[in-house]
Amino acid sequence: MEQITSLVQIKGIRDGLLATFSDAAWEDQSIALLTQIDERPAFFQGARLAMDVGTQILKVNDLVDLRDRLSERNVSLWAVISESPTTEQTSQLLGMATRISKPRPEEQKQFADTISNDTALFINKTLRSGTRVEYPGHIVIMGDVNPGAEIVADGNVIIWGRVRGMIHAGAKGDRSAYICALDLSANQLRIADEVSAMLKPQKDPQPEIATINSEGRLQAELWHTG
Amino acid sequence: MTAQVITVTSGKGGVGKTTAVANLATALAADGRKVVCIDGDIGLRNLDVIMGLENRIVYDIVDVIEGRCKLKQAMIRDKHYPDLYLIPAAQTRDKNAVSPSDMIRICKDLRPDTDFVIIDSPAGIERGFRNAIAAADRVLVVTNPEVSAVRDADRVVGILEAEEKGTPALILNRLNPTLVRNNDMLSAEDVLDLLGIKLIGIVPEDESVIIGSNRGAPVVTDPKSRAGQAFRNIAKRIQGQDVPFMDLDQQSGLWGAIQKLTGRK
Repeated sequence: MEQITSLVQIKGIRDGLLATFSDAAWEDQSIALLTQIDERPAFFQGARLAMDVGTQILKVNDLVDLRDRLSERNVSLWAVISESPTTEQTSQLLGMATRISKPRPEEQKQFADTISNDTALFINKTLRSGTRVEYPGHIVIMGDVNPGAEIVADGNVIIWGRVRGMIHAGAKGDRSAYICALDLSANQLRIADEVSAMLKPQKDPQPEIATINSEGRLQAELWHTG
Repeated sequence: MTAQVITVTSGKGGVGKTTAVANLATALAADGRKVVCIDGDIGLRNLDVIMGLENRIVYDIVDVIEGRCKLKQAMIRDKHYPDLYLIPAAQTRDKNAVSPSDMIRICKDLRPDTDFVIIDSPAGIERGFRNAIAAADRVLVVTNPEVSAVRDADRVVGILEAEEKGTPALILNRLNPTLVRNNDMLSAEDVLDLLGIKLIGIVPEDESVIIGSNRGAPVVTDPKSRAGQAFRNIAKRIQGQDVPFMDLDQQSGLWGAIQKLTGRK
C-alpha cells in the first residue's frame, strides 16, 4: 500500500493542494491519488487541487475521468501543469489553468527555451467562447475565433477565419509581432503592450493585418498582395 | 428497446430549457414513445410545475441516489400520457447531492424499457451541468436570438466538444419574425453563422407557451399554437423523421388569412 500511494506526492501550496505525478503509468498514479484521498476524506473535503503531471501525455478522456472522480469526492481540479504541449492543450480545452501563481523555478524556463521563435502551434478548429490558448511561439488557426475566446502568443497570430474574440500577439513584448485574419472584427486586439478596441464589424470582410505602425500605434490595414 | 438519453442545456438561464424538455417529452409521448424526463436542476426544481405534476411528488432523484426509495417509486406518471414519466429534482438539496456517475447509473437502469430519457440541465457550466451531460447520448442546446444567450451557448458547445460529447444540435427559441424582419433581432442565420452547429428547430415567440407553463399543460397539447407545432416538429426530427422547417413569416389567424388573400406581407 505504501508503495502505491507514494507514487503521487501531495503538498499544500498557496492556492490549495498540489499533486505531483512521476512518469509511472498514468492509470496507476491516478488510482494512487484517489486512494490517498479516500484514506483521508475529511482532509480533502472541498479542496482545490492542482496537478503537476510532468511529461505525461493526457487525452481529454483521461482528464475528464479523473476530474469527475475527484469531483465525486468533493475535490475540484482547477489546474494541470505539464511539460507536454498536448496535455497543456487538453487542460486548456477543459477550461483548467495551466499555470499556478508560483511557476516552477527552473523547469518552467527550460520548457519555454526549448521552443524556438520559429515554432508555431497549429489549431485546426473553431475556438469558442471560454477557450484560452497560450503559446510561447506563433499560433496559426484554421477556423474562427468566437467572442469570449482568447489567443495569446509570444510571436505572430494568423487566423484563416473570422476573428471576434481577443487576440494578443507578441505577448512577451515583441512590438514587431503581427496579427492577420480573413475577417478581423475582433472585439480587442493587443500587440506587445498596445491595445486596440475600436474594430467595427465589417459588412464586406476582407483580409487584414494588424501591426504597430511607425507612430507606435496599433493599426489594422487591408492585406495587399504583391 | 434501448433508450436514447438526450440532455437539454443552454449555459444561460431563462432561455427555455425546462419548457423545451416538458414540450419535447410530451410530444414524444403523444407519438406513442415511452419517455422519462429527469429534472437535473437540484435545488431549483421547475419541470414538475410546468408539467403540472407538482402535487404528486413523493420521492425525488436524491432519494433514489441515497437509497431511500426505488427508481420506479420516484417516477411520476403524467396525467394524460401513461407512458410519460418525470423523475423530479430535490428542492431542499444542492447540486453536490448528485454526481456524474449517479446520473450514468440511473440512465443505465432506465435504458432497457424506455425509448427516450430527457434530462433538463440547470443553467451554468458547473457541477449540475456536468451531472446533466454525463449520461447523454445526444445534447440539444437551447438559445434565444440574443447576443448574451448565443455567447453562453457557444461556451457550452465548446465544452461539449472538448469533453468529446459530440456536436450538439441547436434549438432556437423565442424567435420573433417581425423583429428579425426589421433588423431588431438576430436572425437564425446570424446565430447559426456564429455557432456553426446543426439546427434542429426554431420555436417562434408565442404567448401560449407561458399560458401553458403556468397551467401545467405544455403548449404542444394545443393544436393551434405555432410554438406547439414547432416543438412537435422537433420531436419528429428527434425520432429521425425529416420534417421541413416551418415558414415563420406566415401569419396565423383571421388577419393572416386576410393578408394572404390581399397579397400583403
